[in-house]
Amino acid sequence: MNKAVTYRKKINASTQNLSDVREFVSRHAEKHGFTSRQVADVQLAVDEACTNIIKHAYNYDASKELSIELEFDDEKMNVTLTDQGMGFDVERYKKPDLKKQIARKKRGGMGVYLIRNLMDEVNYYAESRENVLRMIKNRN
Amino acid sequence: MKNFKIDHRITNGFEVLDLYGELDAHTASQLEDALKELINNKKSTIIVNFRELDYIASAGLGVFMAYIEDVRSIGGDIKLTNMNDKVYNVFDLLGFPTLYDIFRDEEEAVEKFLNEIK
Repeated sequence: MNKAVTYRKKINASTQNLSDVREFVSRHAEKHGFTSRQVADVQLAVDEACTNIIKHAYNYDASKELSIELEFDDEKMNVTLTDQGMGFDVERYKKPDLKKQIARKKRGGMGVYLIRNLMDEVNYYAESRENVLRMIKNRN
Repeated sequence: MKNFKIDHRITNGFEVLDLYGELDAHTASQLEDALKELINNKKSTIIVNFRELDYIASAGLGVFMAYIEDVRSIGGDIKLTNMNDKVYNVFDLLGFPTLYDIFRDEEEAVEKFLNEIK
């Protein structure tokens, strides 16, 4: 088995950096042989997770930072997002009731559902003032 | 950074918004402003053409959720057309096709509006 390869990126917690994050994810995932569908899935999952961190963990405070780590091995891609903000509940991942939300003109609540759907494994934990979100996309 | 852009045109008397680029939590407010402007001007028969849209995140879908009731309550609708497979997949995952008219082609949306007005 080949040694795992890791890439890291740090961004400020601003939505204007989301496109850079997507580019970072797709560039490396493509290079490591993931299909275009898999790349699209991971791109969206990481975008949704970063958006949640910017919005909920940091409340749009762009002076704060979050880090993204991509690790590739023969079987999978491991994505780890780390922030130092308020934790948020990724366990609530019921499919949003669109009809109800539309009637109440409510939006949101879709990100976590998408993340759970697009990735093969999702784990979240808080450790010594850090929130860590680990997501796995298998090659097969 | 890839830009997001919206063009506005009128076809057969219906308002058409053409979306370009990538729609995410950063660019969604532009779409929100464009829809708000139409609604404030009592324009309620709206077609959103996704032909040149490469990417959408849930923040983009949220805009359609927030305004569809306003538009329908004044007798109109927002019809969505020309999505690529990647973009359609996100709408599909979240169950939009049962609650929104999504068409392969803009022409079909025009026809549906014309039938509804009859």
